[in-house]
Amino acid sequence: MTTIGILAVQGAFIEHEHMLNKLGAETIQLRQKSDLYKNFDRLVLPGGESTVQGKLLKELNMFDILKEKIENGMPVLATCAGLILLAENISNDTRTYFKTLPVTVKRNAYGRQLGSFHYDGIIKGIGKFPMEFIRAPYIEEVRNDVEILAEVNKKITAVKYKNQIGVSFHPELCDNDKLHRMFLNL
Amino acid sequence: MTFDKKQYALNKELAQMLKGGVIMDVTTPEQAKIAEEAGACAVMALERIPADIRAAGGVSRMSDPAMINGIQEAVSIPVMAKCRIGHFVEAQILEAIEIDYIDESEVLSPADDVYHIDKTRFKVPFVCGAKNLGEALRRINEGAAMIRTKGEPGTGDIIQAVSHMRMTNSAIAKITSMREDELFNEAKELQVPYELVQYVHDNGKLPVVNFAAGGIATPADAALMMQLGADGVFVGSGIFKSKNPAKRAEAIVKAVTNYTDAKMIAELSKNLGEAMVGINKDEITLLMAERGI
Repeated sequence: MTTIGILAVQGAFIEHEHMLNKLGAETIQLRQKSDLYKNFDRLVLPGGESTVQGKLLKELNMFDILKEKIENGMPVLATCAGLILLAENISNDTRTYFKTLPVTVKRNAYGRQLGSFHYDGIIKGIGKFPMEFIRAPYIEEVRNDVEILAEVNKKITAVKYKNQIGVSFHPELCDNDKLHRMFLNL
Repeated sequence: MTFDKKQYALNKELAQMLKGGVIMDVTTPEQAKIAEEAGACAVMALERIPADIRAAGGVSRMSDPAMINGIQEAVSIPVMAKCRIGHFVEAQILEAIEIDYIDESEVLSPADDVYHIDKTRFKVPFVCGAKNLGEALRRINEGAAMIRTKGEPGTGDIIQAVSHMRMTNSAIAKITSMREDELFNEAKELQVPYELVQYVHDNGKLPVVNFAAGGIATPADAALMMQLGADGVFVGSGIFKSKNPAKRAEAIVKAVTNYTDAKMIAELSKNLGEAMVGINKDEITLLMAERGI
């Protein structure tokens, strides 16, 4: 039985929890260092504000432990702000975080809230997928063996690399659970 | 413009991304940077913080767009700004400068004593204050994508935010336990469409995110509101009217994340310096919460 740790320092973590619970997975919320010693074998990095999440990860002394888990192969699903936390480079921000995913991400790449949009796209290995982009980032460049899972208007919006899935939209906000299923099979 | 369902969904979802976070009032780009570095998930750009608005009296209006632009350029997190209740042209201006969220706020002087803004005609999202479930659902019916309590701003007194959160949540609990044939009358009592009451009945919550606002001055205040069921908090005068704004702001951010951990909140509450002095709600003559019901 798999247990998924969901980073719960800020943002839309409960939406991931509901979706994963519906799929029959156990979840725990990771809010502070002591939570990281509980038993979990997968990790979700949810949407929210990456600046807030990144700061809290470091100041609550959660950062190094989680980075090590990711580097040691723990499967990760990262959405929106979570993708920014994983990215090796961020083209328009000096702040970087785990740097375990060899991609360059652009923050708030579609502008302010008026630039937020819905798009019915296609994810490789899944098919049609409703994508909500909310002050979203996109991926400008991928390196190494990063596999591109989705593109929207020639911008990369979903990737897979070893144990990590990173997407710039919000699969936790739609009715389609196939990306979460892919994560559970990772 | 007609009501755009997809845009409204995106606007509600932006509020979902702010959950578990702290939205801070700022009056300058420098304050905005301090707020972002302290862990604010968004900032509210305004010319004067509520405590000063209250002290100054007179008519309080939307901020200078140039000042808001300065704050938009200073930070990468969402920027909100306030317009007067019913002042749809101020809202149009804020939309034109691509604000991320408009607060149709009782903190400013109301422009209309009957009508709120028809928020369905805008692409940008709105947050509105609500004392109780009826106000919350009426604002949502008008197109608000986020709700907050209407705690008395600029006082540093938490009592009204607490009372609004309790009233709203107990009304939700009551509706949840109602028979379905009682919902029609409840909709009539609350002066809202049946569908909204039915949503509350079926889901046990508002259809949008509900934050606490008004009078939050300490990490304990913020954690209190979270334990009472707030999705996140707004902090207005509480930060930049205190002795050490950066430290207090950081402490409030962490208290919101770990709002049930009393040991951590105890640590966070140590040596924060003086809190805003505050005014007791019984000492004020102007109750802003009575604006726009």
